[in-house]
Amino acid sequence: MKQYANVFTAYAIMIVLIILVGVFQSWTVALSILNFCLVSAVMTMGANIQWGYAGLINFGIMGYTALGGLAAVLVSVAPVQEAWSVGGLDMIICLGIIVLMVFSIRYVLKKIKKSKKRNYIIAAVIIAGLIILRMIAGPATEHIEAVNPAKTGFLGGLGMPILFSWIVGAFFAGGLAYIVGKVALGLRADYLAIATLLISEIVIAVIKHEDWLSRGVKNVIGLERPVPYEVDLQNSPWFINLVEKFYDGKLKLISSLTERQDFLNQLVINASSVYVKLCLAGLFLIVVIILLIITQKALYSPWGRMMRAIRDNDEAANAMGKNVVKEHLLIFILGSAVVGIAGAMMVTHDGLFTPGSYRPMRYTFLIWVMVIVGGSGNNFGAILGGFVVWFLWIEAAPIALFLINFFTSHLPETNALKMHLIDSAPYFRFLTMGIGLLLIMRYRPKGILPEKIIKQ
Amino acid sequence: MDFLNAIILLLNYIIVPALSYGSQLALGAIFVTLIYGILRFANFATGDMMSFGTMFAILLTWYFQSLGISLGVLPTALLAIPFAIIMMILYMLIIDKLVFRYYRIKKSPPVQLAMVSIGVLFVTQAIVRIIIGPFDRRFFDGERFILKANEFKEMTGLNEGLTIKSTQVLTIVVTIIVVSILFWFLNKTKTGKSMRAYSDNEDLALLSGIDPNRVVMITWMIAGVLATIGGVLYGLDKSFKPFVYFNNMLPIFAAAIVGGIGNPFGAFLGGYVIAFAEIFITYAYKKFLMYLLPESLEPDSLMQLLSTDYKFAVSFSILVIVLLFRPTGIFKGKVL
Repeated sequence: MKQYANVFTAYAIMIVLIILVGVFQSWTVALSILNFCLVSAVMTMGANIQWGYAGLINFGIMGYTALGGLAAVLVSVAPVQEAWSVGGLDMIICLGIIVLMVFSIRYVLKKIKKSKKRNYIIAAVIIAGLIILRMIAGPATEHIEAVNPAKTGFLGGLGMPILFSWIVGAFFAGGLAYIVGKVALGLRADYLAIATLLISEIVIAVIKHEDWLSRGVKNVIGLERPVPYEVDLQNSPWFINLVEKFYDGKLKLISSLTERQDFLNQLVINASSVYVKLCLAGLFLIVVIILLIITQKALYSPWGRMMRAIRDNDEAANAMGKNVVKEHLLIFILGSAVVGIAGAMMVTHDGLFTPGSYRPMRYTFLIWVMVIVGGSGNNFGAILGGFVVWFLWIEAAPIALFLINFFTSHLPETNALKMHLIDSAPYFRFLTMGIGLLLIMRYRPKGILPEKIIKQ
Repeated sequence: MDFLNAIILLLNYIIVPALSYGSQLALGAIFVTLIYGILRFANFATGDMMSFGTMFAILLTWYFQSLGISLGVLPTALLAIPFAIIMMILYMLIIDKLVFRYYRIKKSPPVQLAMVSIGVLFVTQAIVRIIIGPFDRRFFDGERFILKANEFKEMTGLNEGLTIKSTQVLTIVVTIIVVSILFWFLNKTKTGKSMRAYSDNEDLALLSGIDPNRVVMITWMIAGVLATIGGVLYGLDKSFKPFVYFNNMLPIFAAAIVGGIGNPFGAFLGGYVIAFAEIFITYAYKKFLMYLLPESLEPDSLMQLLSTDYKFAVSFSILVIVLLFRPTGIFKGKVL
């Protein structure tokens, strides 16, 4: 138990901080911070599987997150019948053509020896395929996007419960990771970083501009929720009774009946949003715990030891008969799939999908700060990193505002410098992150909770 | 006549814009490639360092404008560039001393340095946004056009107009001057040669008595010059917005790698490769073909290979293809 002492202290401090936010700001804010901490923790675990276990650098986290989000849309939104009838068939044919192209290229690669002729054949297949695709997909997308463009204008999804999308998101992200891994994993570390970053930008570009698939920058709103809605809760008697019981003492102090009723209504409205957030937090916590158990087991299994061996010296591991390329690809897919789950979770939490909001600062670099700060190679560290960094990311602006006001309190309200600083308070979060990352990398390069190797 | 019209159309919409955009990318790509070749890491703070230098140029431009100083037809920003470069070099040297030096002496792996550069990225971005804000800034003054479409039409009697913005010419001219001086410096002077030697083989360079600290310092200084000039030229041509500069890092990386990383000349050409590819592939050729083809063959569609939304995606796809088939880049950089 002693070896876990610092883990416990670190998490205890984190929970106390969130509770403090609940007491001083509001419980809704505290719970949404907690929820996003949990989502970040899942993302960080995914990145940690790749970086901490295997030493693979993946700067494409943004792309996998967005694919997870897309999965949430495609699973939960009801299908748009009209769009399917005008363009659905064409789109399926297009999918068939792409599959056909892939298989014919594979066939050519296998059957014909490496030569100029082979390259020309492959180029011809790709160009011919693209031209056919354009001829079929061009009109089809126009038809689909013309169907009630203000509300739908896309194919819609399957109309299934949104919780399924957490699994589908994992498969989407894993599938992309398979392709990316096949292409890019042979590259040296920093090239892999650049290549994955750029590929994730391509993914975002596709999601943003293929309106027939994802509605693009028009966003998908009002996604179905796995937990009750606030309005329903406010009208259900059992919930009102529950709130009444919970605040019994306070309510009794108010003598006037109408005042008491007003106060109760206010309490119910507050409590309903807290209740919804709590339900989501419960769901997220289940995912985090399941993933934590699996990753812990994997880390201390023979497979985990092999991964560490590959990470520390891939040539030696190769000489011992381990298939480095295959294992790298496997772990790349697994880590990305975890990130995909997080992407679907996030869209589930927000209830909306906004492709325009996926930016590398927030979804790639911030996640990497979490991994490095928390402690790479240590799952508890990764989760802690997600918590600490997300907490700071949200709370940096209020703290900066407080500090600015404190240090410039002797200046008049109209002072130009003071007004400028107060306006730019939100950007202090970047400063906090940057300085935090630099300090951790310099003075505690293994993170807050460093990797522990348990001798077996 | 139709043939001439078609050529002018291409010049106006593809070649002139691509040349100026390519020059801006080329300066950034040489910056990336120098840092990679000599300091041996991928600098993810590239875009933000460029916006940092530009920010100083903008602040100084505003100051000069308030004093009433101007260059007449030329933008005042040109006057501000030398001062901005000095500030930028100072910033780079401070960053190097506080951050990168430690890892260089420890001989950390390149990945760690790349991570550290992400820390620098966050800090630089924060400073820029705190000082000048995240908004769109225009700081161009002076004469906007060298050749206006209407004037050109009157002069030549063609249907198509040719517009040449002064910023485009300025970008191309300044880039050619800067790059020529740089290549002269790298190839002919003793310091430049020692830098190339250090980039080729660090140990051998140290054995021959090359002072690594001096090489590193000069690299950062050149990087500062390139970052500031590249950033200001981009800002003059389009506009200054920190987020856009951060995003520009991606095509710049693509240019550096396509050209062969570690090879300044490759990076220079890589910038143009990326710029031309982006614009060639996303241009709608309908009008162009209408001039060239007989009426019966005129296309109904836009004849666009990819919509302009995928402009960035084009350069990234080129990068992926190059990485797959020729990982050393088109012009033989370092072997990856």
